[in-house]
Amino acid sequence: MNIMNNGDDVVMRDVSLQHYETTQALEHAAQQAVARHYEDFLIVDVDSHHYENESWPEIVEYITDPVLRHDAGHQGLAKPGMGVGYGSYQELNGRIIRYRGRKIEKAPPAPHRDITLMRRWMDAMGTDIACLFPTPMLNLSLSPDVAIQNGLAWAYNSWLCERILQEEPRIKSMLYLPFHDPEACIKTVEHFAGKPGVIGFMVTSTHQRSVFQNGYIRLYKMLEERGLPLAFHSATGGEPGLRLFNKFFGVHALGFCWNNMLYMTNWLINGMPERFPKLKTLWIESGLAWIPFLMQRLDNEYMMRSSEVPLLKRKPSEYMREMYYSSQPMEMVDNRASLELTFNLINAETQLLYASDFPHWDMDLPSTIYDLPFLNEQAKRNILGGNAQRIFNLEPIFSPQKLARRAHKQQR
Amino acid sequence: MREIKVCGPNELADGAVRIVSVKNLEIAVIRHGAQYYAYHNHCPHQGGPACEGVRMPQVIDQLDNNGRLIGHAYDENDIHIICPWHGYEFHLNDGVNVSDPKIRLKKFTVTERDGGVFLSI
Repeated sequence: MNIMNNGDDVVMRDVSLQHYETTQALEHAAQQAVARHYEDFLIVDVDSHHYENESWPEIVEYITDPVLRHDAGHQGLAKPGMGVGYGSYQELNGRIIRYRGRKIEKAPPAPHRDITLMRRWMDAMGTDIACLFPTPMLNLSLSPDVAIQNGLAWAYNSWLCERILQEEPRIKSMLYLPFHDPEACIKTVEHFAGKPGVIGFMVTSTHQRSVFQNGYIRLYKMLEERGLPLAFHSATGGEPGLRLFNKFFGVHALGFCWNNMLYMTNWLINGMPERFPKLKTLWIESGLAWIPFLMQRLDNEYMMRSSEVPLLKRKPSEYMREMYYSSQPMEMVDNRASLELTFNLINAETQLLYASDFPHWDMDLPSTIYDLPFLNEQAKRNILGGNAQRIFNLEPIFSPQKLARRAHKQQR
Repeated sequence: MREIKVCGPNELADGAVRIVSVKNLEIAVIRHGAQYYAYHNHCPHQGGPACEGVRMPQVIDQLDNNGRLIGHAYDENDIHIICPWHGYEFHLNDGVNVSDPKIRLKKFTVTERDGGVFLSI
């Protein structure tokens, strides 16, 4: 980076794509954090990611089955490319430069590289606590071999707890459930619940499994009894209809909503909110526009077909209003009135949780919430962190930068 | 009006971008071929550093006379500035957003004279 002075108040630097550092790339986010005084309140990001495939050799060592361990080391986790219909379309074919930047970004030998990279973007955005999810493993459900799903999920969760969560209290996770196998899910909760940084469990809603099967009932009961939220994190894989698309545009726009709509509807029409009234469910990474649609659609059905859903005592939308939603990717183009209506429909002030999805291509900064003109200051703070703190019972841990800014303000 | 010397003649290579910061204002001076362009380095979407990513030409879907898709091409006469945060695209020649002309990067005047390249703010 070439920096020159040209007069007292002029600074110049040359842009180089041969060098990448997250802090520099997010300097504008850091400016937003200062301008909006994020140091005054807690920001919790309930959906962020790493690329666990970059740590694959480490994770492989946690696979207990020796044959699977050998095969996993040989195969790797994911090898995207156009030839297999699963290309790297998230990076917009090179247009989103943090994807390739990540490959050349330097980090010290310790702490773990993922922790360093997480701290860099969290500190820049003003995020204090982040819930971390995998990336390629979101589509682990597409493997036809349940033993592979179970083995890799157990290894990943073990590695994540030991190498990441235990080392950085600002990073949390809702651990991946191998949802094809209810017994494996139960074993996962029994083993990992209570470990540092584990704040709930997560189902990727690309599993072609129905949530109402009796085999899952014990799982839901366990989570309810432990006060641990169950998240449904959407993704794009698995739905046969999406194969009709020839562009990721369509796969992403519809797939992320469709998968959660499918799971939400099944969850509701089988009376799960009545059967587990204290189980907190969180619906992740589908944006918000799908929620009003589904509320209206299901309520309309319910008035005519209540005989099919006798466990429901209220309209579906009333249960949906008591669930929790992550904000990203928030639909914000020319629809301020629609967005405000959506916030009202879901009781956003208490039910909506800010999410960035960083470092993925459609990430949202905290300013997407903070700058909404129809929210008062308390509602903004609730959505950006207060709601998550309450739901996950989080001890507030502020970023060092925000603590320093707060101390500086107090000295003045 | 203030004029700032950005660089000497041919000091910036073709394709290079130099960020000029004056207090809180960041302006990107872009050299593309023999031309220089200057834009506010601030994406109207979420505030990303709009000019610090890649630049690519407009993509074209090629249709035959019957409307059948026969291939793709790039329009090298319509280069886009692509914000590295989310991929918002802006025409290099005027800073107008490719998808919504109501959105644009603020344009600044940049001139090349004997002694170098000068930015007016």
